[in-house]
Amino acid sequence: MKHTLSVLVENKPGVLARVSGLFSRRGFNIDSLAVGVTENPEISRMTIVVEGDDRILEQVIKQLNKLVDVIKVSDIKPESSIDRELALIKVEAGPKERSEVMQIADIFRAKIIDVGTKTLVIELTGDVSKINAMTDLLRRFGIKEMVRTGKVSMLRGIKAARGE
Amino acid sequence: MSKKQKMSGAEAFVECLNKEQVEVIFGIPGGALLPIYDELYDSDIRHILVRHEQAAAHAADGYARVTGKVGVCIATSGPGATNLVTGLANAYMDSVPMVAFTGQVPTSMIGNDAFQEANITGITLPITKHNYLVKDAKMLPDIMREAFYIASTGRPGPVLIDLPKDVQTDAIEFEYPKSIKLRGYKPTSKGHPLQIKKAAKVIMEAERPIIYAGGGVVISGAHAELLALAETLMAPVTTTLLGIGAFPGAHPLSLGMVGMHGTKYANYAMTESDLIIAVGARFDDRVTGRLDGFAPNAKVIHIDIDAAEISKNVAAHIPIVGDAKNILTELIKEIKRKPKSKWNEKIEKWQKEFPLEYDRKSKELKPQYVVEQIYDMCPDAIITTEVGQNQMWAAQYFKYAKPRTFITSGGLGTMGYGFPAAIGAKVGCPDKTVIDIAGDGSFQMNSQELATAVINDIPVKVAILNNKFLGMVRQWQEMFYDKRYSATRLDTSPDFTKLAEAYGALGIEVTKPGEVRDAIKEALASDKPVVIDFKVAPEENVFPMVPAGAAINEVIDYGGKI
Repeated sequence: MKHTLSVLVENKPGVLARVSGLFSRRGFNIDSLAVGVTENPEISRMTIVVEGDDRILEQVIKQLNKLVDVIKVSDIKPESSIDRELALIKVEAGPKERSEVMQIADIFRAKIIDVGTKTLVIELTGDVSKINAMTDLLRRFGIKEMVRTGKVSMLRGIKAARGE
Repeated sequence: MSKKQKMSGAEAFVECLNKEQVEVIFGIPGGALLPIYDELYDSDIRHILVRHEQAAAHAADGYARVTGKVGVCIATSGPGATNLVTGLANAYMDSVPMVAFTGQVPTSMIGNDAFQEANITGITLPITKHNYLVKDAKMLPDIMREAFYIASTGRPGPVLIDLPKDVQTDAIEFEYPKSIKLRGYKPTSKGHPLQIKKAAKVIMEAERPIIYAGGGVVISGAHAELLALAETLMAPVTTTLLGIGAFPGAHPLSLGMVGMHGTKYANYAMTESDLIIAVGARFDDRVTGRLDGFAPNAKVIHIDIDAAEISKNVAAHIPIVGDAKNILTELIKEIKRKPKSKWNEKIEKWQKEFPLEYDRKSKELKPQYVVEQIYDMCPDAIITTEVGQNQMWAAQYFKYAKPRTFITSGGLGTMGYGFPAAIGAKVGCPDKTVIDIAGDGSFQMNSQELATAVINDIPVKVAILNNKFLGMVRQWQEMFYDKRYSATRLDTSPDFTKLAEAYGALGIEVTKPGEVRDAIKEALASDKPVVIDFKVAPEENVFPMVPAGAAINEVIDYGGKI
């Protein structure tokens, strides 16, 4: 089962290595990891998607909490959160296929951000399933390259996964 | 009013050590540490020059374990730093408060594969509680204050500070920070009152309780509370290897050590218990044996300062996170005296039926006999050990009365630990007799420290149980690999008495049981470091033994075969 952890960390050099190193040496698998600074420039947030049962999740959270540079770990449940991921997809599309690909992009409310003679680059934002659905549709045209940011999550409503 | 003083990073380093009341550091200088060593030259801090950086780390570790203070070691960049690695891993596994300093190439050269450059913060990431690369001398006072705080609080552990050479020479306005700002580090010390009440209820209902005490009891100083708990409940106490000394070994309720080489009665009691009260112990695989056969009918109360240890290996029914001393103090208030029970009688029967045994009538010099005689002649000594058979016999046949008197490498199992740890222990407790119970294999992994002991007048005693083998590995080869002694013979060891004498220590050789007591007497009377070479029975095995993969009640008795 996949879990999403929102981890507040000190914005210091080496923090990413501490966190990712912990995952690898304890044998936990990271599905995706996105890092960026928060509203407080001294603090960064990592959104980590991890695969494992409840026991593994509990260990991951406890071990993360032991890191001195980790301020807070929140287990983000899908029903109480909003998730987004951004993908850039370079699709093989010459003049013949171009309009069909653009139509698909339109349906998914994606943007065309680059047009070449044989390719289109699409920017898509959405939850993970939406990105998967669109890439499935584009596959028959040929996907030359794809970049995904990994998931970022936020709690709905007034609650915040914030450190004191 | 600010009382800032202008000084160099190296001066600030010494000033910070003074503020942390560091009295001794163990280390070896090098190019990247020249500014610091120049400052140490004029300082009151005692510096003990070792002969290998690994020994600096182990000596700081031994010092920390006997005193409860933070041990400090220092090594230069590159190979000096990497030589500390084993000692750091050792301290990390056994939760020893330590601060290690390493020299580093100047900040402008970091990442260029400069001479004697090693990425020591990267290398030690998984084996330190925390580490720092100081990139700006201004940060040094804050970092040093934090490092000592982190190393010594919560679950203690080693912290490394990497000091580039320019950071040591740069001038700063020095002020020692009054407070520490660590958003992400707030160790829990008080146990949850409701959990403690719940635990008390379960304890009073239990018919076959057992207390399982680990190194956390020693670290927290909870031995008196543990004794009160055990005596109030009439509950038997077994310990882990690192928990030895947390409960008096000669106490009627003491079951000794549990697990792979634990007593049979401790393993039986654990297996048949209906409640395990675990205090500062982590259910290590050497303790539990095969997990599905471990105490199948027991509920588990798990008291530990590290939340991550709870339910890691064995599920806890009542977890209590916090400091053992605080929690036991509160727990004792919630429980009532229990009378002696059928459970106590059953355990006493096991104790009579399955004592620790070896062939006491043998004409050979038995290693167990040597340990018994050391115990008999100096029961108050601090014992350090190497790793392997010597360690297990030292754990089994010496009845430790007090905490911080049995100093051993538990988690990492580092051969070569005991001798430098003994040096550190003797520096920390100069008035106590310190004896390293060693093996001939382990001792040779750090025997160069004889120089350190002699030159610095640190009169530790080394009792080598010399069986001319890497004994524990040989035992496994005998039992599980058809006696194929691949690479475990140590026939070509030096003459240890001559080796001792070459360094200026005293060497004594013992070949017969009748010579043992005289040799120990002579060693204790000498004011020099002493090496006693006990030529013991070469193929003696450690029993009882639970083979790998077996449940802990599936015990092989003395002389048993698999």
